[in-house]
Amino acid sequence: MALQDKYKELTDAATAAGISDLQVREQDSVLYIDGTAPTGAVKDQLWDIYGKIDPNFLAGDLVLNVTVNVSADVTKVKVTTDSSNLNIRKGPGTDQPIVGKAAHGEIITLLNKSNDQWWLVRTDAMEEGYAYAQYLSPQ
Amino acid sequence: MAVAIVTTVSFVSCKPKDEDIKAAIEAKIKVDADLAPVAVDVKDGVATLSGQVKDDAAKAKVPTLTADVKGVKSTTDNTSVLPPPPPPPAPVVITADDPLTKSVTDATKDYPTVKATVKEGVIAVTGTIAPDKWKKLKMSLDGLHPKKVDGSALTIK
Repeated sequence: MALQDKYKELTDAATAAGISDLQVREQDSVLYIDGTAPTGAVKDQLWDIYGKIDPNFLAGDLVLNVTVNVSADVTKVKVTTDSSNLNIRKGPGTDQPIVGKAAHGEIITLLNKSNDQWWLVRTDAMEEGYAYAQYLSPQ
Repeated sequence: MAVAIVTTVSFVSCKPKDEDIKAAIEAKIKVDADLAPVAVDVKDGVATLSGQVKDDAAKAKVPTLTADVKGVKSTTDNTSVLPPPPPPPAPVVITADDPLTKSVTDATKDYPTVKATVKEGVIAVTGTIAPDKWKKLKMSLDGLHPKKVDGSALTIK
């Protein structure tokens, strides 16, 4: 219960912000908060609160798994790497061969996001494969 | 006259009073913890039982409280069974080490200054990393369903 008190501001904010499928569970001295945020801004807000409670995210007592809801009709995503090109791979994994690249800032077609980490995409140059979802922002 | 009095006394004594019936039923309630929540009221030989018992098995025992009690003309059973408590939340599912190791390799690929290892669901991250990058990496790692992310040996600067 102590952890739920420590992160109460976070769970309260998650409830207030309308996180869907919100689950707050404590197991073996780690608090797990899972849910789906309506927007990326809500996810950022929760991470900011987390950073206020545990400034460097180093306490190791919280796993905050908030995904951003991507509506089913989204078909375009923007490449949001720091600056570099984004690798497009044959399969979902960095061990898979690179079959193409998408430029930083390029808008490409989203085909399938059944895998949380790796989304199936296609560039305008018709290169098709898996890209790391963290670097893709729904348009 | 004397005969009449004796008759009256014996008549009263073989017809238990409501409070005696109540006491008899309450005594039976006391010996069975399952029936402890049951309250009893008796009026003109009619016993009314109320309260919430924990389950169907306890509920099935309620009629026995009055069945063989002398003086009970009838029983009104208003007891009910407590609704079941809500089910406990599903346990947190932790990704197995092999798929987790693979996902961690993917997630840390663009962070060459840190090293991450997986053991029994715990992702241990070591090395040096800038605060904003660590926040991003922690977001990715938390999304992989680890048991925990251990950054205790990590230098943030």
